[in-house]
This record gives sequence, structure tokens and C-alpha cells, in this order.
Amino acid sequence: MAQEENQYHIDMGNLMVFDPNYHFESAPSSREELTQECLNKGTELVQAIANELFSLPSHEDRDGPLIKLPDPSTALPREKHFPRPKPLTKWEEFAKKKGIQNKKKDKRVFDEQTQNWKRRHGYDRVEDDNDIPIIEAKMTDEPGEDPFQKRKVEKKTRVEKQEKNRLHNLKNASKVDALPSHVQLAATSLPISGRQKVAPKKANKHELESVAGLAATATASIGKFDQKLPGEKPVKHHGKFRKFLPVVQGKGMVNEEREQTDKILNKFMSRGSDDILDVNKAVSMFKVKGENNRRKERMTESSKSGKLKPKGKSLKKSSKKSSH
Amino acid sequence: MLKTRVAKNHRAKRALENRAPKLVENGKKTLILEGTKCSAVLREVLTDIYQLKKDNCVRFTRKNDNVRPFEGGGETSLEFFSLKTDCSLFLYGSHSKKRPNNLIFGRMYDHHIYDLFEVGVENFKRMSLFSYDRKIAPKIGSKPLFAFIGEWFESVEELIHLKEILLDLFRGQVIENLNLVGVDHVYVVSAISPKKVLFMHCALRLKRSGTSVPRMELVEVGPSMDLVVRRHRLPNPSIKKEAMKTVSKHAKKIKNVSHDVIDGKIGKIYMPDQKVGSMVLTSDVKGLKRERREAKANKKNAFKENPTKKPKTDDEIKA
Repeated sequence: MAQEENQYHIDMGNLMVFDPNYHFESAPSSREELTQECLNKGTELVQAIANELFSLPSHEDRDGPLIKLPDPSTALPREKHFPRPKPLTKWEEFAKKKGIQNKKKDKRVFDEQTQNWKRRHGYDRVEDDNDIPIIEAKMTDEPGEDPFQKRKVEKKTRVEKQEKNRLHNLKNASKVDALPSHVQLAATSLPISGRQKVAPKKANKHELESVAGLAATATASIGKFDQKLPGEKPVKHHGKFRKFLPVVQGKGMVNEEREQTDKILNKFMSRGSDDILDVNKAVSMFKVKGENNRRKERMTESSKSGKLKPKGKSLKKSSKKSSH
Repeated sequence: MLKTRVAKNHRAKRALENRAPKLVENGKKTLILEGTKCSAVLREVLTDIYQLKKDNCVRFTRKNDNVRPFEGGGETSLEFFSLKTDCSLFLYGSHSKKRPNNLIFGRMYDHHIYDLFEVGVENFKRMSLFSYDRKIAPKIGSKPLFAFIGEWFESVEELIHLKEILLDLFRGQVIENLNLVGVDHVYVVSAISPKKVLFMHCALRLKRSGTSVPRMELVEVGPSMDLVVRRHRLPNPSIKKEAMKTVSKHAKKIKNVSHDVIDGKIGKIYMPDQKVGSMVLTSDVKGLKRERREAKANKKNAFKENPTKKPKTDDEIKA
């Protein structure tokens, strides 16, 4: 048994077993036999892997015995590349060069203005613009300048600068394909993953020709008197050309224009000529008329009899009576 | 200036992060699609394979006229589909006079075609034609077993390739722990000749054998078919080298964590000096709501200003 198992290649990680020594007979007599042969051999192989599987140390779980599978031994390719390391930001690079290390700062700072403990950043922070009622004038101040406004503008420029730096760092990261997966740079429309550079679309020959043709005919004379460039072809004409026939009759030739209009006129005139008298229609009309007349006569008769009868039935009954 | 597009909500962010390249990857997803002409048999083949892999699979049911995996330029839209659906395996069915019932297995690396294998399908018998006890029907998503039979799988280049592709296609996610109850189906693939492979799918019936290892019995549940080898394209060696890279097995030594038979996982924690004395203690903690804090402060102030309303004491109640 042990010898047999050694013949098989077993990959426990993928639960795969492979028998490289089995040889199928060249001509199996029927399909049933062939499938049966495969099933028998398959059962043998599955038993071999089950022997290993069920002998692994297991621990009882709520849903059944759990075993720890070894790593797959068959190497299969990855789906995507390894995550690429994020490049250092400009500040991180600088800090590394200078040996600057992150120092932890307190979240709470004492604010001299309000004589209170406040957060360092965010809402209601220390030295908040709203908390400064007086800014002392300095010698260097320019007259006529609003110091409060100046503070606001400075803050705004700082924020804008930081945003610019952030985008610059993101752009650098995208160059080495290490952009965070939830961020996309809209200008380049980078794909989610993988290295796909979107090349700008090249106009093909036909597109160029059509554009050149449009430009060439966009003059008052529809480009008739313009100089042609060497190799420039006339623009393709889309649509129908109208053909004018000579109006006057020449020697030995019919008036084509008149003939054409005659032809059309005849066609219209002859359209209604066939069914001037529709025999079937005439016969049916004649019959209907006769029927109506007879009905009228009967109505007058029944009204004379003086009995009120339902109209629909009266016709039938009266006709029957008359036949008897 | 550059503009950034960021995921609008956390769910979208999570979904994008799930798609991003990872050290330990998710199971490969499969895309199943067909060409402009696809025979009824082949459509059944594709549907059946979709049924087998339903948990991790995307099925396209429309015709695709510009997908020709083996031809130059015919892979563009396929790679686009792969990117959109996040699938790295695909199955493409087409039917022509030259190659009837043509099935192409393909794999992607980084959403570019990695390798291809083309087979013709013969003697197909679909899943619904097999009759068996429904109790043993394999569950979707359970880890399958594989049995490859035949010397050709070791000697013929095409079949070595096919074996790898079939294993990659059906194996599902690489897992660490396996529940033995979930071992319920096996793919039996036998190389009948160097050009022909018999593919079968069987359920497992575990019988008592008197020992701890049960006796295995195979019940064919379908589909079954013959795969006749046609064209194939091996991966580019440089791409293959990159794709075959693995995480180094020598994991970083985990410090301060030990395991005990009785206690289980034990961790040591070294706490630095907390400097409680110099800590700033304020009542306006960020975790509390500002409105409540302010309301509390107002109440206090109001009480200080006109302390006429005293809280009732026991003496007053008695009086």
C-alpha cells in the first residue's frame, strides 16, 4: 500500500493527486467501459488522498472536523503583481535626509488668549482666528492693510500649497504604480490596477481626409478656385446628383423632359381607371338596398297590427308566419 | 491641475481595496463568454461550467464579435472585460467549420493575457442528464479534489499545460483550514491519448470502513466531456517569471507572542510610562457631544446665578 502511494504525486494544498504511471489501452471498446475504467482508477487515487487527508491532525469544530492544509506544492501564477511600495513623499524624503524624526505632540495645548486648554488642531483650536480680538501693530506693518484679512489670506495660501504638495506626491506615486487603490487621478484616468497606459487616440487616414475635405470646401466658392495641394484628392460627394433634361426638342430626338413628366402623369391618371366599376361592390350595394326597402315595408305592416313586440324577434316571427 | 477621484463611500472604498494587488490574493474569478457563433452544445458546456463555479464567476450571455484570443488585436476587449469584472481566468466558446465546438481556456496576469489553451469538446453529456441521489450533490464553493490519470500528463507538453490550467480554473481559493465535511466532489481528468482528455466530475460518497479513514466511492454527477487538444500558447518567459513570484516562506518572527496548550495564545505587553501626573484633564472630551457638554455647562451656570431652586432634601419632604 505504501509503495502504491509513493507512485502518486500528491499535492495536499490543492487536494490534487496524479498518477503518472497509468497507461490507457489504445482502443477502448466502448465509452461505458472507458468511463468505468477512469472511475475505478479515480476511486483508487481519491482513496490515496483521503488516506492522507483523514490522517492529518484535526480539531473538532462546531461544523465538523477541521484540518490544517499544507501549502500547495504546484506553483501557479499570481493574478496580479505584488503591491508596489509607496514612494516617500517630498517631506519624508527631506526628513530622512536631515534625520528629522516624528515627535509626538500633545493633543491638548494651553491657549494664552482664552486662558484655557484647547485642541491643537481642528475645531475650536488654539489661536483660532475667531478668538483673536486684537493684533498688535508692528513697525514693519504697512499702513492701510487689514491684519485680520492678511491672516485669513495667509492661512488660505498655506492650505492651497499643502493641497498642491499632496497632489504632487500622488502623481509621483502613480508613476511607480503605487497609488492607493481608492484614489484615481482624473487627468490621466488611470486604471484600478495593472499597468495600462492610455495612449492618445491617433486619427486614421479616413478621418483626416474627411476633415481636410470639410476645410477645403468651407469657402464661398465651395473650394472651387482654391489651390490644391500636391496629392490632395477631391472630396467624396455624398448624396445624389440631380440630372436636368433638355427642355427643347432637338432634331431627330424626342423631348425627354416632356416624356418624363407625361410618364408620371399617365401613371397617376391610370391608377384609378381600372376600378371605375367594381362589380362586386355594386352587386352588394344593390342587395343591401333591396333588403332595406323590404325591412321598411315590414315595419309599416307590424305597426298596423297594433301589437308591441321586440324588434329583433318580430322580423323573424312575421316572416315565419307569412311562409305558413 | 490634477484632480483626484476618491471613492465616495466606505463600501466603494472597500470594494476597490478588494480589487487592488495584494500580497495574499483572493481566489481567481472566472469570466465565461462566447463568440458570434456558438453551438448549442458549447453553450451548454459553458452553462454547466458556470453552474460548477457559480460562487466566483461572471457569465456574459451576449455575442462578442471582436474577441479572438489567439489573434493579434483580438484580445483588447477581453482584457478590458477582465479589468471591468476583475476576472483573471476566462472561458471563451466559439463554433466554426474549421474548429467546431471550440473552447478556449485562458489566464490573465495583471489583466493581460498570460496563456491560452484551445480544446474541442466532444461527447458532451450535460449535468441534468445524470441521475443520482440529490443528497450527495456537491455544494457550490466547496473545495474540490483532483485526480489526474495517465502518463501523458507528464510527458506531453500540451497536456502538462492543460493540467495546470484545469487545476487553476477549478481549484478555487487557496485555503489554510479545511472542513472534512466539505470534501464532497472530485474532478477526474484522464489522458486517454496524447491529444485527448476525458473530463469527469464526480460526487464523493463516504462509506464506513471500520477505520478512521472512510472508504471513498465516486458517483458521476456530470458534466462529462472529451477535450481534444488544439492550439495553445505558453506564457511569455519574462512574464511567467514575474507571475510565479511567491511570498517568502520565512515569515517575520513575531515577538512577544507565545502559544500554550492550556491557555492558548499568550501575548506580553510592555507599557511605557504613561505620565499620568502631567496629563491634561479637561471635561470637553472630543468623544462627548458638544451640545450635551454645553447644555451641562449652561445648567451649572444657571444654578450658580439663581440658587433659589434647590434640590429637595429629605428634611423638606418631611416638613
